[in-house]
Amino acid sequence: MNGEFAIKARGLTKRFGDLEAVSHLDLDAPRGQIYGFLGPNGSGKSTTIRMLCGLLTPTEGTATVLDTEVPGDARLLKPKIGYMTQKFSLFGDLTVLENLQFIAEIYSFPKADRVGRIDELLDRYDLIGQRKQLAGTMSGGQKQRLALACSVLHHPELLLLDEPTSAVDPQSRRDFWAALFRLAERGTTILVSTHYMDEAERCHRLAILDHGVKVADGTPTELQASTGMHIIEVRADEPYNAQALIARIPEVASVTQLGVRLRVLMPDSVSDPIAAVNGVLQSAGLPANATLSSATLEDVFVAVTLEPQKAAA
Amino acid sequence: MNSLSRILAILRKEVRQLRRDHLTFGMVVGLPIIQMLMFGYAINTDVRNLRTAIANQADSHLSQQFVAELAQTQVVDIVAHVDTPQALEDLLRAGEISIGVYIPHDFDRRVVDSTRAAIHLLVDGSDPTILGVANQLRAMPIGFDTSGRNKTESLQVEVRPYYNPERRTPVNIVPGLMGVILTMTMIMFTAVAIVRERERGNLELLINTPVSSAELMIGKVVPYILIGMLQLALILAVGRLLFDVPVRGSIVDLYLAAAAFIAANLSLGLLISTATKTQFQAMQMTVFILLPSILLSGFMFPFDGMPKFAQWIGELLPNTHFIRLTRGIMLRDAALGDLYMEVVFLVAFTLVAMTAAAMRFTDRLD
Ligand SMILES: Nc1ncnc2c1ncn2[C@@H]1O[C@H](COP(=O)(O)OP(=O)(O)OP(=O)(O)O)[C@@H](O)[C@H]1O
Ligand SMILES: [Mg+2]
Repeated sequence: MNGEFAIKARGLTKRFGDLEAVSHLDLDAPRGQIYGFLGPNGSGKSTTIRMLCGLLTPTEGTATVLDTEVPGDARLLKPKIGYMTQKFSLFGDLTVLENLQFIAEIYSFPKADRVGRIDELLDRYDLIGQRKQLAGTMSGGQKQRLALACSVLHHPELLLLDEPTSAVDPQSRRDFWAALFRLAERGTTILVSTHYMDEAERCHRLAILDHGVKVADGTPTELQASTGMHIIEVRADEPYNAQALIARIPEVASVTQLGVRLRVLMPDSVSDPIAAVNGVLQSAGLPANATLSSATLEDVFVAVTLEPQKAAA
Repeated sequence: MNSLSRILAILRKEVRQLRRDHLTFGMVVGLPIIQMLMFGYAINTDVRNLRTAIANQADSHLSQQFVAELAQTQVVDIVAHVDTPQALEDLLRAGEISIGVYIPHDFDRRVVDSTRAAIHLLVDGSDPTILGVANQLRAMPIGFDTSGRNKTESLQVEVRPYYNPERRTPVNIVPGLMGVILTMTMIMFTAVAIVRERERGNLELLINTPVSSAELMIGKVVPYILIGMLQLALILAVGRLLFDVPVRGSIVDLYLAAAAFIAANLSLGLLISTATKTQFQAMQMTVFILLPSILLSGFMFPFDGMPKFAQWIGELLPNTHFIRLTRGIMLRDAALGDLYMEVVFLVAFTLVAMTAAAMRFTDRLD
């Protein structure tokens, strides 16, 4: 452990033909922290993770992972990282136990401690009941728990998790994150991609990708403080009609309905956003109550990944 | 050593998966048996009872004696006697008969005159097997001509099956069939075994572990070497029990030859796996290799009878060389040393294909 950062990427770029899947990405993931990766579908999260573990060759740019150049010296890196693929990639025709045994053998995990380690993981990831079950027949969440167990088995220094909880129920997700924190406390660096805002909120740092470009980077608090947007919460009797009216205000960047409430994003260059919203609603005869609110991570996400023409408006 | 234990881990995993994959496991055992029964019983190149008509215009003692001898060979089954060669042609065209025998009125004189054909055979040339038989009939102790149009030299061809005196098909077929079965299963199993992991995403996980491509390849290939040997034993046992196919040479030589052949096919399978993305493509490529291995290897048709160009292709196929080895060892009691060039080819083929596969197999996804 010498460098301060487990991952250092500069100008990382990946092109597939004409498509620039990842574009000039700079990334610094501090050691022992959980670094979150957010972004809409196809924004380049998986592609970035694959470049970082040496699976894909960057078209341009450099990356140093655990003081190792990738993809050049990726071989040296492999024993030190754990990678959980987005798609289940363990062996469906082996049992849970056999999969874990295989991973332990592949990583040359000390024989004497193998059984103990596997039992510990089965217990921690709540798979004791499934130990004899073929992995392919398990539910989506069970598969993800097995995949996480396999990726941490050899005590990696760096964990790359690609949407590890997309099929996991809320209670298990909570346990899952408790496990991640425990790993981070012991010095493991974790890079995790997710679509869940509650998970993003738990990360030490976050990067948000959009069309391969990093559009935001910082701690959740920093990001929430620097959206550059007014967040207005509107309670209206006819939220659907109100939404249509508000969307027609030229300055409005986005309107989202949450039950009976509407969340309106407007650039903070607008001097009196409340008046603007109340104005259109009252002139249409809709009783409404608009108040300023503070940004959630979801607001941040919406604000930075807006379609360009809407953001420019 | 870690490398060895990783190879063993992959090997163990392959065996476990294979044990649960009943279809593949069934193929390992079922395919050789079914093919053996199919080729052994159904495909029979011994020709008997070809429907034949006679137009005997000579009606002499000599000509009647000839017809009687012809009937005795059991190759032909005389179903009609007609008067003219035209009638023979009509029967032939209608598909009533396969062979028409026309004996001219001056038969007795022609027999002693070696410049003129004593007998005209009208043959249904659309079936190559029948044509072959007709050619054999020319060896009967009277000069023949196969047809009026196609005047042939009155050379007396004698076919003497030296190593298979009873001319039993299975004895000829089984040594070649071994090569065909092993070509099919060995190439397909390895190619599919790797492509399947790519399709299922397992490879993305595997190449992110300390396993190297070489370890992965070895671990995946070794179980199939054993399977190949098992299939060989099965084929030999079935051949022996059901068809009385001998192994006149050394069984050790046979297994050594098979080991070289299996290695060649497995490396070809590996090469295919690096060039294909789906299991279906891998299957197609296997068939693409299998067809010439059946048709151009000397298994179906005599190698020397093939056009030069086909022979060149045949020479590139491992099966061609393996068939020479098996026929030599099993039927002619040849030693491996007598046939060392064939072994050299197989080893060279393995090295080239392995190198190409290792160069193409990347530990990346792009
Ligand atoms: N091998 C490939 N060949 C061509 N295009 C690719 C390839 N892999 C990814 N892409 C494209 O690159 C873009 C980024 O894909 P990527 O999988 O990184 O997105 P993602 O952020 O992980 O999305 P998701 O949230 O859906 O998992 C997508 O537009 C995808 O279609
Ligand atoms: Mg992805």
